[in-house]
Amino acid sequence: MTRRRAALLVRVAVLAGLVAALEICCRTGIIDPLTIIPPSDMVASMIDHVGSGELNESIVNTFSTIVLAFVLAILCGTLAGALVHRSSRLRDVVDPLLASYYSVPTFIFYPLLVALLGLGKAPLVVLGVLSAAPAVMISTLSGLDGVSPVLLKLARVHRLSPARTLWWIVLPAALPRLFSGFKLALSYALIGVIAGEFILSGTGLGYAISFAYQSFDNRAMYGLMLFVLLVAVIANGILYVWEGRLARRRSTG
Amino acid sequence: MSDLALEDAQSRRTSRGRIRAFDAAVLTLLMLALWQAIGSWTKGVAVSPPLQTLLYLFDLLRTSMFWDHAAATLAAFLLAFALSALIGLALGLIFGVQRFTGEVAEPILAGFYTIPKVTLYPVVLLLFGLGMSAKVAFGVMHGLVPMTLFTLGAVRSLPPVLIRTARVLRLSPGRTMLWVLVPACLPDIVNGLRISFSLSLLGVLIGEMFSSQRGLGFLLVSGMAQHNVPLSTAVVTVIVVVSIAANSLMLRLRGRTAHRSN
Repeated sequence: MTRRRAALLVRVAVLAGLVAALEICCRTGIIDPLTIIPPSDMVASMIDHVGSGELNESIVNTFSTIVLAFVLAILCGTLAGALVHRSSRLRDVVDPLLASYYSVPTFIFYPLLVALLGLGKAPLVVLGVLSAAPAVMISTLSGLDGVSPVLLKLARVHRLSPARTLWWIVLPAALPRLFSGFKLALSYALIGVIAGEFILSGTGLGYAISFAYQSFDNRAMYGLMLFVLLVAVIANGILYVWEGRLARRRSTG
Repeated sequence: MSDLALEDAQSRRTSRGRIRAFDAAVLTLLMLALWQAIGSWTKGVAVSPPLQTLLYLFDLLRTSMFWDHAAATLAAFLLAFALSALIGLALGLIFGVQRFTGEVAEPILAGFYTIPKVTLYPVVLLLFGLGMSAKVAFGVMHGLVPMTLFTLGAVRSLPPVLIRTARVLRLSPGRTMLWVLVPACLPDIVNGLRISFSLSLLGVLIGEMFSSQRGLGFLLVSGMAQHNVPLSTAVVTVIVVVSIAANSLMLRLRGRTAHRSN
């Protein structure tokens, strides 16, 4: 525990040192302020732009798209995983597909999706689901594989109905692995949606960043960038802590 | 009796293999049918159907224009992948051996892995300028972290007796890495290479799609902008086929290294 705390302290110190070094380099002109603005200015710009309300629409747009993609990915991924788990023949076909799915840069389908569905929310949601759902499916399969047969026998001994077996036995036993899939799904959906907005879109935070870059508005660009990265880190951090808590509750009983 | 049982098991295995091959063929046909359906349903405004794409691709492969773009992507990708692999391997070995440094660094790296790095691409462009080096840097940003994390995890889970033996034999740190750590972690290193391969390719392609005048990513976006649907479909097909082939190759390689070390 003390060792972990020491690592945490050093980690915070290293990150703070890096930010301070960047601040000094920018203030003294070692780094051209046209290239990178000082971190304190980034924070100020983030507060200006996000606080002014001009971005509210983009923020709502982006996050509703991400949430929609995330929820759909979890639904599709879990269902598909559970379905494939039931049939070993289907499993034999699907496993190699899943093993090479993430080697294909899913993002290259985005231009085709835009041509197919038009510029708007739909291609972004589909891109988010395409990049997140297979991760959920993989973790569902491994979670279901990991349910010990003894537990299922126990359910049969107690004559639980299939629904109750699922709710009381299978789900709690598979939850830790399912959860790590959800965690991946969130970051993949986030990356997919924001990357899509960034490359080709008319709305959203990703678009706002790329617009600021193209109009040489570095201050706005860095402020927005900081905002997006902070939200991503906080969202992933929450799931990370939650996952740790689940794992601990499991190990203590 | 045992011969019979063995034969029975063997025939069952081949029949299972035959079923598997049949299912794989059915799946491939289904996917082609889906592709064809999307193509004809949208009347080719978004995706061109498989046969048409294939014919277009044959013509495309004979143009020097295509190979110029492919060479630009390949050069940037190979450099990015090599840098990610070497730096990631070195960092992973160092962080793995020096436990405390590893504990400090791992969450930072894992956090970096999950953020949308595409938002940082303008910074890369400002730092490196438009051109090849920005693409390479962006590819490395994607490929470096998984390589480091895989190597780190592998070194950390090694039996401590290996490192102790190296110490008893008074191997220098360089030799310890080369003769003990790398061979012992080989399956995980190959796995890291596999992930790093696809992510550095993704980084390079995104870089080309956002602002570049060359490369397959550029060709894809320009095909879309000019409503040249067969071109963008053909480019996507090439990228998908190449990345799946490379991935299967490395999966097989990993299987082989895993067998050897057992």
